[in-house]
Amino acid sequence: MWDQLADLYATYQSTIAFIGINSLLALSVYTTLSCGQLALGNAGFSAIGAYAAALLTMQAHWPFPLAILAAVAVPAVVAVPLGLPVLRIRGIFLAIATIGFGEVVRLGLVNWDYVNGAQGIVAIPQKTELWMIYLAVAAALFVLARLRGSKWGFALEAIREDEPAARTMGIATTRYKLAMLVLGAALAGLAGGFEAHFTFMVAPNGFGFGRVVDMLVYAVVGGSQIYWGPVVGAAFLTLLPEILREVAPLVGIEPGPLRLLVNGLVLLAVILFLPNGMVSLPRRIAEWRAARVAARSAA
Amino acid sequence: MGQQVVNGLFLGSIYALFALGYTLVFGVLDILNLAHAAVFMLASFVALTLVGRFHLHILLAMPLAVLFAGFLGLLLERVAFRPLRARADSNISGLISSLAMATVFEAVALEVWGPNISRFPFGTVPETQLDLLGAVVSRLQLTIVAVAVLLFLVLTWLVKATRLGREVRAVAESPRAARILGVDVNRAIAAAFFISSALGGAAGVLFGLAFNSISPDMGRSVELKGLAVIILGGMGSMPGAVLAGFALGLTEVFVTAYLGASWRDAVSFTGLFLILVLRPRGLFGAAALREA
Amino acid sequence: MSPLLALDRVERAFGGVRAVDGAGFAVAPGQVHGLIGPNGAGKTTVINLISGLLAPTAGSIQLGDRPIHGLPPWQVAALGVARTFQNIRLFPDLSARDNVLVGQHLRRTPSLAARMLMLPSARTEEREARERAEALLTRVGLSERVHEHARHLSYGEQRRVEIARALASAPRLLLLDEPTAGMNPVEVQAVAQLIRRVAAEGQSVLLVEHNVRLVMDVCDTITVLCFGKVIAEGAPRTVAEDPAVIAAYLGNPK
Repeated sequence: MWDQLADLYATYQSTIAFIGINSLLALSVYTTLSCGQLALGNAGFSAIGAYAAALLTMQAHWPFPLAILAAVAVPAVVAVPLGLPVLRIRGIFLAIATIGFGEVVRLGLVNWDYVNGAQGIVAIPQKTELWMIYLAVAAALFVLARLRGSKWGFALEAIREDEPAARTMGIATTRYKLAMLVLGAALAGLAGGFEAHFTFMVAPNGFGFGRVVDMLVYAVVGGSQIYWGPVVGAAFLTLLPEILREVAPLVGIEPGPLRLLVNGLVLLAVILFLPNGMVSLPRRIAEWRAARVAARSAA
Repeated sequence: MGQQVVNGLFLGSIYALFALGYTLVFGVLDILNLAHAAVFMLASFVALTLVGRFHLHILLAMPLAVLFAGFLGLLLERVAFRPLRARADSNISGLISSLAMATVFEAVALEVWGPNISRFPFGTVPETQLDLLGAVVSRLQLTIVAVAVLLFLVLTWLVKATRLGREVRAVAESPRAARILGVDVNRAIAAAFFISSALGGAAGVLFGLAFNSISPDMGRSVELKGLAVIILGGMGSMPGAVLAGFALGLTEVFVTAYLGASWRDAVSFTGLFLILVLRPRGLFGAAALREA
Repeated sequence: MSPLLALDRVERAFGGVRAVDGAGFAVAPGQVHGLIGPNGAGKTTVINLISGLLAPTAGSIQLGDRPIHGLPPWQVAALGVARTFQNIRLFPDLSARDNVLVGQHLRRTPSLAARMLMLPSARTEEREARERAEALLTRVGLSERVHEHARHLSYGEQRRVEIARALASAPRLLLLDEPTAGMNPVEVQAVAQLIRRVAAEGQSVLLVEHNVRLVMDVCDTITVLCFGKVIAEGAPRTVAEDPAVIAAYLGNPK
């Protein structure tokens, strides 16, 4: 029994780690979504965190905990001058500007010879332990849970629902949006630092547009109305390929396309039928049942 | 130098064509259709199959592929955008649903054509080279620039001078007012999607011919460059998209020539980012900065 | 007594149209000041200018001895100005009570550390804030509807939640933009009483209203606006008999 569990753990260790890392990334997108802003620069922030941590452990020989702190702090500091001008623009334009930022970071790294350009940094010491990742996820969830229902949590909800009206209530909306951008950058950087010291290597192309799309998809599929929704989404969508790998031979589609197809269909189904994400599924089912009962008693 | 200008114009015309469709949908709906690049890619594959498998002449295969792309646009509108139109956050949820459709399209391409680079059979287009003011130009390149300019003129005429165009513009101005004026809003939006995707498809086929390299992820880099182009041109502005498309094409060619290929995209995206921060209306466009 | 709010030659143009064209008036502390005028007179624009959602193109707006024109809305609010909206702008997915809690934003000074560490002091502060919110909702007659989502409330109830949300910041100046539009006579009467009580407690009220009866009943002073200009000012009775007002406003009924 214990041996089997140990086997299972050995097989899926990397999946378990990535559920946690992806949860951090999904939460990093959630923070700005929680005040109604679609900011998609988090692949860039994650890259900054990953590179900062890897360079500090490898070149400066910093102890890992300090390097991880830097992975949190450096992107957070970068987010401030980025956020001040960028948060004045809204909606789709904010999304595009932040995508632009992410690409600038990625292409900057590609052209930076000191970090081996497109090849990236290799042979990074493996220092990330599973408990560290999950401790970080738990801490992030705790902070977000404590924000909810507080003065600041209400301010964020007010900004999401009607920003100009929130401003007339004395809420300094730009500061809140900036704070959430910085928090998101810190979480993305933390995930990057962990990832670099888990997979032995970082390369710029791991932090492209596709990566930030993944983060957004985790948050939306899980549910972006509540802080734990993104974690549900990240866990589900990180496990999905493992399941599909088993299923693929049965349906006669290659695992690669099948994974993309299912990802796309799940995302489409959620956005069309469950706008508040998978976490709203139980309530939707209850509503649907109630409607059926009502229809039957009416008939 | 002259050669560089010619290459830049040629690359720019493909960007312009791609961005033209991108910006049309944005102008009408305020929605970013992130599946545009997937349509671009699928149309290219369809043209390839028509030429390679069914031995059609490219002059016949291309219009068919473009038509196919137009129908993909109708499908997109029906599945990914129309159901969300009433939602308050339709421009964000629309972005996500178009992303979902893009993923599905890419999965289909991956399953049908495989992950590797496919190529048109040799001799699909004549390989004639011309000499133009000291620069070497292939007939294909000239044709591509001509097709792009022609399609831009046709689109301008369509939007400015036809009834359908007037209806589309009315919907862009205000869907509610358009409905009161008797415009069939759903039909106008569907038409905009058809035209937009057909243009994207045309860009895809030309791109495939020009670089003779077609793969399921070929749309990705064009997608982000298309964003840069429509921002540069002013979101929703068609002449802006065309000018910006040529500007990007020329910039890329010159950056590659003088700084090296690896700086090409960095320059484009730094430009995109700076424009959004400093001059969100775009360099050429007068399109109003819309709020979410 | 020096006025709480003073507008001096305030101007706001939209393109070529001057929605507010050199308007000036003053609101005294503890007074209910009516702002009336035919449709398109610029009343809502004046409210938007005072609350900072718009900046005037010329002129000055003073709150006490501080100029507030050009300040962002949240700073104006921090100086003690709260408002309601003509086209109700509650946060639809928050409950009535949570809407009022948002309104208390400026009054509450909890400690983030205390909240994160779940200290008793944080819990006490939150309980008090909730109790204040519920008391305000009781004051506007909604004690039964505290937990209802704003989107599920009736039109008149939503207007009353907005008033409670505005009062939640304990403002020196309350701007009410057509607070009784769409209300039944009983609700209108209740709002009239509420406005008088608010003024009696020392808060000033600037009231934009189409209901002439209500304005005549509750206002101490009335300013009449027409095409962005002040055409009359004074006690309700004087204004009602002013020939210019009768020509512009009463002679041009809504």
